[in-house]
Amino acid sequence: MYDAPQPPKGLPNLPGVGYKPQHYNDLLANSGTVGWLEVHAENYMGDGGRPIAQLRELTKRFPISVHGVGLSIGGEGHLDSEHLARLKHLVDWLNPTVFSEHLAWSTHDGAFLNDLLPLPYTDDTLTRVCDHIDQLQTTIGRQMMLENPSSYLAFDESTLSEPDFLREVAKRTGCGLLLDVNNVFVSATNLNYDPKQYIADYPLEHVGEIHLGGHDEDEDDHGKPLLIDSHGAPVVDPVWALLDHTLSLSGPRPILIEWDTDVPEWPILHAEAERADIALSKVTA
Amino acid sequence: MTVTQTTFRSAILDSQQDRPIGLSDAKGQPAGRRFDVYRNNVAISLTEALATGFPTIAKLIGHENFNAVAAIFLRQSPPASPLMMHYGAGFPEFLRDFEPLAHLGYLGDVADLELALRQSYHAADATPITPDALETVPPEQLGEVTFSFAPAVLVQQSPWPLHAIWSFNMQDGPKPEAVAQDVVIMRPEFDPEPHALPPGGYTCLKSLMSGDTLGIAAAKATEADNAFDLGAALTLLLSGNALTSITIST
Repeated sequence: MYDAPQPPKGLPNLPGVGYKPQHYNDLLANSGTVGWLEVHAENYMGDGGRPIAQLRELTKRFPISVHGVGLSIGGEGHLDSEHLARLKHLVDWLNPTVFSEHLAWSTHDGAFLNDLLPLPYTDDTLTRVCDHIDQLQTTIGRQMMLENPSSYLAFDESTLSEPDFLREVAKRTGCGLLLDVNNVFVSATNLNYDPKQYIADYPLEHVGEIHLGGHDEDEDDHGKPLLIDSHGAPVVDPVWALLDHTLSLSGPRPILIEWDTDVPEWPILHAEAERADIALSKVTA
Repeated sequence: MTVTQTTFRSAILDSQQDRPIGLSDAKGQPAGRRFDVYRNNVAISLTEALATGFPTIAKLIGHENFNAVAAIFLRQSPPASPLMMHYGAGFPEFLRDFEPLAHLGYLGDVADLELALRQSYHAADATPITPDALETVPPEQLGEVTFSFAPAVLVQQSPWPLHAIWSFNMQDGPKPEAVAQDVVIMRPEFDPEPHALPPGGYTCLKSLMSGDTLGIAAAKATEADNAFDLGAALTLLLSGNALTSITIST
């Protein structure tokens, strides 16, 4: 159990963007409405060179959120102790404003699959996820935030809803939560539930950061919509509407625009951040 | 009904396998192609990581062939760690042993060069000595000098025109001629640059990097190739910010 403020304090209630090296000069010249940056932890685990040098420069100018994509917190096996040590090293030298990871697994039997894979929500997996979060928070000496996944399918063995699972994780470990509103929309469409009901059930008091991103549209075997999280397109209107709904319940929160594939020119990414800024201006603390 | 991660992982990497039982859509029907989203995500993301890491190989064999080769490699050698910057360490060996590409004997060496370029890119920073540092050494003591090297400096020996193949494909360099070319990678600031080594250069560098004095390294290099030019070798190293300290051994 990590004794930390709820919700996690640190990032300003402003738009942020996922940092891409091609935007380095744009960001330094004029970051506009962007008040903070998020980086993927695993991209900054080399010994030196340009990535580390850029991050050293950026951390002088922006609050930084470190977002891990490779720890495999939902994995059946033990956490990778070498990777834990790498995370600790990064958090120690960079001293980011916040750290977050995913409710997902990616490594099993020594193979890292480079995707966020799903897990069933049961008492067993709840215990395991909490143990892993305890271990991480103890290792890095700070609170983390856990992000809800995009779901394409359901496990027959699940006995808990995702919001209930996440609420219990936050309660047992003291971790904060990162609410990805696009993931909620994707999962609700794919698994045929009401995204507003999900938000109503979600423990918003633990949320220290919101994510927004784009998704692709496909169909399943029965012609039903199958949305796929891609981080490669603009945020769609129904997701902006779900963001407004969420903020009306939670109050203002730091909002990140994620755009990781087919990365656009800076003005296009900045326009998405401006839209998040408008959404924030409509709510009061 | 429990879907273990062993089952999940195995079905992701082998699309001939049945999808795991116990995964459903909203109506409780089998997940079907919903499971294939994960299969695709894994295959595409790992293929893209390899294409990003080995652009010269992709250009040499064409992108369609590259994707087909990557599809085989990623299934037998998925990443061993979440550091994608290191993924593909086994790719050069895989290419050397890959029968359908056996006629392109240089692919393994080119892949080694691309791995080394990535390693150099992420190597620790180091402060180089200035070009005039050598001038402060009394001429009679030059033979007793040893150097330390920046971690981003890497050397590779090849029986192929390695540098020319890389430069022809990546920098519109001239058509490669059939000569052996050893290569040194140096990183003046943040961008690693491969250079073809002059005669004896590889022997000289390996010797210096193992801690030999300049005198010994020069003797070994001249023995390896009597066209060895010490001045040219040192100029090359200084221009690439390769040297980080100079010591006169006594």
